Amino acid sequence: MKVLASFVLLLALVPAGAEELPRFPLTAKDGRFVPEMIEVPAAKKFRLVVTNEGPGPEEFESHELNREKVIPAGKTVEIIIGPLKPGTYSFFGEFHPKTANGRIVAK
Amino acid sequence: MFATAVIVFREVLEAAIVVGLVLAASQGLRRRGLWIGSGIAVGLGGSVVVAAFAGGIAAAAQGMGQELFNASVLFAAVGMLAWHNIWMARHGAALAKNINAVGRDVVAGLRPQYLLASVVGLAVLREGSEVVLFLYGIAIAQQDQASALWAGALLGFAVGAGSGYLLYLGLLRFAARYLFSVTGWLIALLAAGMAAQAAGFLVQADLLPPLRDPLWDTSGLLSQQSVLGNLLSVLVGYLDRPAGIQVFFYGITLTTILVLSHIYRPMRKRPTRTVSKFAGVANSE
Repeated sequence: MKVLASFVLLLALVPAGAEELPRFPLTAKDGRFVPEMIEVPAAKKFRLVVTNEGPGPEEFESHELNREKVIPAGKTVEIIIGPLKPGTYSFFGEFHPKTANGRIVAK
Repeated sequence: MFATAVIVFREVLEAAIVVGLVLAASQGLRRRGLWIGSGIAVGLGGSVVVAAFAGGIAAAAQGMGQELFNASVLFAAVGMLAWHNIWMARHGAALAKNINAVGRDVVAGLRPQYLLASVVGLAVLREGSEVVLFLYGIAIAQQDQASALWAGALLGFAVGAGSGYLLYLGLLRFAARYLFSVTGWLIALLAAGMAAQAAGFLVQADLLPPLRDPLWDTSGLLSQQSVLGNLLSVLVGYLDRPAGIQVFFYGITLTTILVLSHIYRPMRKRPTRTVSKFAGVANSE
């Protein structure tokens, strides 16, 4: 009950109109990310639009970006990132940590 | 196989630590096995449901449903842990005194047992749903090394659960009068760590400002991915690259629990200087 209550409360906090942020696509497929390098502008918030073409779920994770998000198979999720300082930030797929690796380069 | 074991281990460890700590904190409680067992069972059932509806949860709240769900589960657990500690501040001394006596049932009967069962359920739910998703991924991948992957998953589960059990055994080595003091501190730190994690999810959902991200970076000194760093992150909420707001939530939660436990501790006949201000139990002299 408490979980439900706080969930509803937090839902109410979501602003009605989502901000217009630059969007960068990323695809998870067969345990890999495509592309493995994404260039983004530094000092600007952006949305990473991650599509999982499967098979199976994937979890986008980046220690450097402080982000983790599950992407169920066949779904697309958005991850808000930044503003970043210029530099390279690596990410990986937690469910395929050996093969699913990539990096975001902020310039 | 070992990669799989490590993934499952990381997820299981967090829940196992919570279960081990709750088992130690509920010493002397009547039918705690039943309560905690039910918590685990409901959590496991819930994780399958959450995993099954992962798509729907992710799509909710303009795509930020997953963050809000995680934050809600964590905040609910924080509230229950805080409540437990404040309750223990008041009744812990009596419970510790009577831990092996018949009288314990009287004291224990007063205790909101469902709190701890719910905390266990929430911890299992959150970590379990990720394990379920991961295992589901293995199951449908139909690779030829599938059996090795399953063996890895089992190994990871066993080591994770074993770590929780070791924590429980370790805590039991404390004498009864110190036990609740130690578990009180550990629960306060665990709750603070969970609040910091929840704040992280709200930053990710763009609902909270990060207030400097990261506030510090000690990943070179003690990485959160190392065995020790991982254990500390689960136990006391160590973060190697925390956002400022996470540190703020950590501090507020810890302070609130300690202050409230202090306020609600039992009245004494004579004021003493050496009374412990710690969450959990006061001196039982």
